[in-house]
Amino acid sequence: MEILTYPDSRLKRECEVVGSFDEELANFIAELETFMRTQPGGIGIAAPQVGRLQRICIVDLTGMTRGKKKNPVPNQGRMILVNPEITEWDGFELGREGCMSVPDYTGNVIRATQIKFTAQDESGELHEYESEGYEARAIQHEVDHLDGMLFLDRLVSRRTDLFQRKKR
Amino acid sequence: MKNWYMMALVGKDQPGIVAQITEALFNAGGALGETSMMRLGSNFTIMMMVEMDGDEKQLCQVVHPVTEKLGLHLHVDQIEPGLHQHSIPDLRVLVYGADRPGIVAQITGVLAESGFDITDLDSQVGGDAEKPIYILMIEGVAGDGMDTVHQALEPLSESIDVRVEEIETLIG
Repeated sequence: MEILTYPDSRLKRECEVVGSFDEELANFIAELETFMRTQPGGIGIAAPQVGRLQRICIVDLTGMTRGKKKNPVPNQGRMILVNPEITEWDGFELGREGCMSVPDYTGNVIRATQIKFTAQDESGELHEYESEGYEARAIQHEVDHLDGMLFLDRLVSRRTDLFQRKKR
Repeated sequence: MKNWYMMALVGKDQPGIVAQITEALFNAGGALGETSMMRLGSNFTIMMMVEMDGDEKQLCQVVHPVTEKLGLHLHVDQIEPGLHQHSIPDLRVLVYGADRPGIVAQITGVLAESGFDITDLDSQVGGDAEKPIYILMIEGVAGDGMDTVHQALEPLSESIDVRVEEIETLIG
């Protein structure tokens, strides 16, 4: 496996729904997960980033901490998300993002702070999830890939930060 | 041989500065690297990396008709090529207070002593003419750790409002 990088046109295409939950799919997901864990960051990956244009992504923030106090980041551990659908968005926050498919660039992106979504797992079983904060940001970033969207499509000016940041 | 230059242009803001300068460079075979172009007060300022054949004199001649027409001041230096060398900032410092001389020097002096490497700095003057407010946004890399920066800025918070935020970058 290797990461496709922009301007590879496959990164800008809408991915197809997964219809067949067979051994081939399970093998691909296992390989994708192993690959993700070898990458810098290693907290999320979407199938189109390796050239498979299907609605599959993986997010795992297990053990992740934030800030100088090393506060744990709320997360639900390893999530295999097949055919994910975000159904509700709430709140917004500016945060900095980069992408394995866009090397050497990071920028500010506004994301919902809380989301509800559904997804199937590798065996096809449907699950409902709620997520917040950094994990919700990661999921929105990966689901965007499935719609042919990169964080570059959502960049906002650094100068807007002072005025648009969520009040804490 | 292709050379890299840093071209700086300053002049009274007016429509079409960017379009006319960049068109002149393009027509002469120049290529742009990273740029920063913004209005500061009533001036328009441009800093841009330009890659082109020829020497500084030839580059100046390329844009001369435009700088002459628009009344822009021009400065050109040859530089080392340097794209794809971004460092990811991990700390943001936001400062605001009643405008007075020395705010930037005070803040950046403290930051430098604490090992903070500034990657971006924007400052603007708001408020009204009688009671101007100085607003400063700084991003950078906290080389000696974030605690050091927090501690260094603490004494200043009595006279100016200082907010320090960690910037976490999600790589997906």
